[in-house]
Amino acid sequence: MSDRAATPKTASERPPTRRRRSRYEGDVPREHYLNVAYGLKSWLFTIDHKRIAILYLLSITAFFALGGLMAVFIRLELLTPAGDLMTSEIYNRVFTLHGVLMVFFFLIPSIPAVFGNFFLPMMVGAKDMAFPRLNLASWYIYSLGGVFTLAAIVAGGVDTGWTFYTPYSSTYSNSAVALTAIGVFINGFSSIFTGLNFIVTIHKMRAPGMTWMRLPLFVWANYAAALIMILGTPVVAMAIFLVAVERLFGVGIFDPALGGDPILYQHLFWFYSHPAVYIMILPSMGVMSEVIACFSRKRIFGYGFIAASSLAIATVGFLVWGHHMFVSGQSIYASMVFSVLTMLVAVPSAVKVFNWLATLWRGSISFETPMLYAFGFLGLFTVGGLTGLYLGTLATDVHLHDTYFIVAHFHYIMVGGAVMGYLAAVHFWWPKMTGRMYSEWWGRLSAGLLFIGFNLTFFPQFLMGYMGMPRRYHFYPEEWQVLNVLSTAGASILGLGYLIPIIYLTYSLRYGPIAGPNPWRATGLEWTTASPPPQHNFEQTPVVTEEPYDYSKPIVNDLPAPGAGAEPKPSPAAPRS
Amino acid sequence: MSQQHGPVTAAVMTGTMPDMPDHDGPLQHHFDDMAQQNESSALGMWLFLLTELMFFGGVMTAYAVYRYLFNAAFAEGASHLDVRLGTTNTIILIFSSLTMALAVRAAQMDKRKLLVGLLIATMLFGGAFLVIKGIEYAHKWEAGHVPGAYFHYEGPLANHVHLFFSFYFTMTGIHALHMVLGIGWMAWLVLRSARGDFGVGYYAPIEMTGLYWHFVDIVWIFLFPLLYLFGAGAAAGH
Amino acid sequence: MSHDAHAADSPHIVPLSVYLTIFALLMVFTVLTVWVALIDLGPYGWLHTPLALLIASVKATLVVLWFMHVKYGSRLVWVFVVAGLAWLALLVGITVGDYVGRTWEPDPHAWQASADGADFRQLG
Repeated sequence: MSDRAATPKTASERPPTRRRRSRYEGDVPREHYLNVAYGLKSWLFTIDHKRIAILYLLSITAFFALGGLMAVFIRLELLTPAGDLMTSEIYNRVFTLHGVLMVFFFLIPSIPAVFGNFFLPMMVGAKDMAFPRLNLASWYIYSLGGVFTLAAIVAGGVDTGWTFYTPYSSTYSNSAVALTAIGVFINGFSSIFTGLNFIVTIHKMRAPGMTWMRLPLFVWANYAAALIMILGTPVVAMAIFLVAVERLFGVGIFDPALGGDPILYQHLFWFYSHPAVYIMILPSMGVMSEVIACFSRKRIFGYGFIAASSLAIATVGFLVWGHHMFVSGQSIYASMVFSVLTMLVAVPSAVKVFNWLATLWRGSISFETPMLYAFGFLGLFTVGGLTGLYLGTLATDVHLHDTYFIVAHFHYIMVGGAVMGYLAAVHFWWPKMTGRMYSEWWGRLSAGLLFIGFNLTFFPQFLMGYMGMPRRYHFYPEEWQVLNVLSTAGASILGLGYLIPIIYLTYSLRYGPIAGPNPWRATGLEWTTASPPPQHNFEQTPVVTEEPYDYSKPIVNDLPAPGAGAEPKPSPAAPRS
Repeated sequence: MSQQHGPVTAAVMTGTMPDMPDHDGPLQHHFDDMAQQNESSALGMWLFLLTELMFFGGVMTAYAVYRYLFNAAFAEGASHLDVRLGTTNTIILIFSSLTMALAVRAAQMDKRKLLVGLLIATMLFGGAFLVIKGIEYAHKWEAGHVPGAYFHYEGPLANHVHLFFSFYFTMTGIHALHMVLGIGWMAWLVLRSARGDFGVGYYAPIEMTGLYWHFVDIVWIFLFPLLYLFGAGAAAGH
Repeated sequence: MSHDAHAADSPHIVPLSVYLTIFALLMVFTVLTVWVALIDLGPYGWLHTPLALLIASVKATLVVLWFMHVKYGSRLVWVFVVAGLAWLALLVGITVGDYVGRTWEPDPHAWQASADGADFRQLG
């Protein structure tokens, strides 16, 4: 850490709220995106991508809390073998809501809608997204979808599982399926518009000199995720639309009694919902590339490979959806093909992990909070990915299908991977978004708690699942109680680990030390502007003349003096293509 | 539901939201020049059409599967559709595509009166399509071919004929909704064109609407043989 | 690739004759597809659907290339159009493939026979 010595103090005026000196000192700009306008209206009608990101941050945090509350109920119920806390009907609704809220209203929008929205235009050197109004519209659409889903909870909840499998969802369920389906359907369009905005912004809004091979890997990862959003989401929208039509009008598209095939729904659903896993994990992987390079003080190893593997994951990820349907009655020949392709998709994921490890190799590693989350990601994602191979193998899947093994597997990917990446992003970019530093001590503590709590929660579930405990039941034989108690105990620690950051991050908004433009001495255009950034991101359009992740030379903490370095150099390539 | 997003997207992307008039002319603050802005809206519109393609693709896939499984029943169901009305509608839509394409051309050439006329013509063709579609729906209702509680059909294949009509109404219904919203959106463009908003320098909204309208036309180009001609062919061939 | 053909400063105006030609072709193909659907192909009756889809694809291509100006558009639009069609083909192809595959009955006895006949010692 010696290479990050305290910066000479340049602040001429100090806010009275600053309590103590820190090594992160710097100026707070007089005018930035947070204080250009005040009042509710200035937020609800904003077209500034940074403010929209904050709107998303608040909304997804609320949905995360609600989904987390459902998880609390699940774990409490499973503390004892008997179904004593709630009835089967209630339990079905609780785990369904946990899934729907976490998948559609937290994980899918999490990193793209918050950090993608905030930083993608800054990273490419643009003033805003290509379509700022569409960007705001996508938040409203998200909120509208959320309102429908919350209305479904009030109307009695939904009990189909987050997958809405037919014919249960289309014919038999007596819960508010149509209302939830409409909520998810609407929400899908917010995701589509975010993806559309990303792709056009990356293609058309890059600053002079920002060639494709100079894009930060976070941008590449979000580009790949955006492709999945626009190509996959409409298909699940149609699938869910057909379920809603079937329920509302009694049309028999998936109803075997009327000649339909329920398995067809699973095809349409997983065509999107498997790649949707990559919508969740790819942006997290993008965060990993940023954080690991920064806290290893090293140029990222294999830039081209990491960028290409994002696109490979997005592409091959579309070819494996049938591995969710091995025991559904799908053709065994289709299953064989899907199984082989599933093994293939592990390759680009492994390429990324090995490249990150190679980046760490002989790096000057330090253990700030974002880096702790990155290490958490590396281990947990690897466990989650490797157990995925068990499930992609035909024979073992027959044994493990619909057990707690798969519950553990996808939580290792989605919580251990996607959420750890999300928290790494929160801690990495918080100083840029707010201009304040959070408490490093509390940050490290909660990162540690989360890692321990997570493993204690979900590792026992691998064992339970291997022993045959099925998912989605609220009672179980007594011999699995010890593992379930361990899991619930872990969940309590996990819950604490989520609460602590909310407290110290909120505290830092007012009392945190001033961060300055670049507290981590990171590369990337977003760190060259003030914290919090000005309304239009940069005082003048930046000109990019260097490769990304050039940590070989010392990076100055201060903003360039006005006018200095503004001489635009001839760009080596056309800015747009 | 989704159908509403077509024109709305075009509106939002081309910066022509009715509640947000452009004070500084058509160039928005975050673009360097009109070229960048136009390229962005064109690319955005194409990506949106890609999304629409996959949206229709979902129901097309379902249709393909059932047609593969229940070929005879689907042919029987299709034989109840009116090929003459379907052909008429196809021709009407091609006319509307031509007037739409010419409207874009008129905007490019700064011929504002022609632009207004061609847009109105496109709307009229679209309206005629919808009227004929409505007549067809009415026929189906009288014949008891509307799926759901009032479906009435005799014969050994009744179940799967029901399935065919479920697809017929879902697919043509979504398509018709796209047209309704396209026409509504065009009405707004007619007002703006009459006001003189568009010309050589700025016609992106017209161009984007054109892309959307042609896409809706293409969907029909596939729906027509898949739904109407299948029955005719089967009736003649077997 | 700096600016596309439809950039504001120099719009690419397609001659009227081109639009009218495309329109006439679309009409011809519409009549053709109805005619093909109505004639009796005898033993080749199964060709009705492929022919109808082929004609529809030709019509769609005409609309995309000329009415939607892709012919004069940037390479990027080409890439995305082709990608969209490829993804649609994946969705339809793999899904229908599953249903076709369900009719192929696996024959475990044949597998057993070939396993019995194999000399596994050679592998080790």
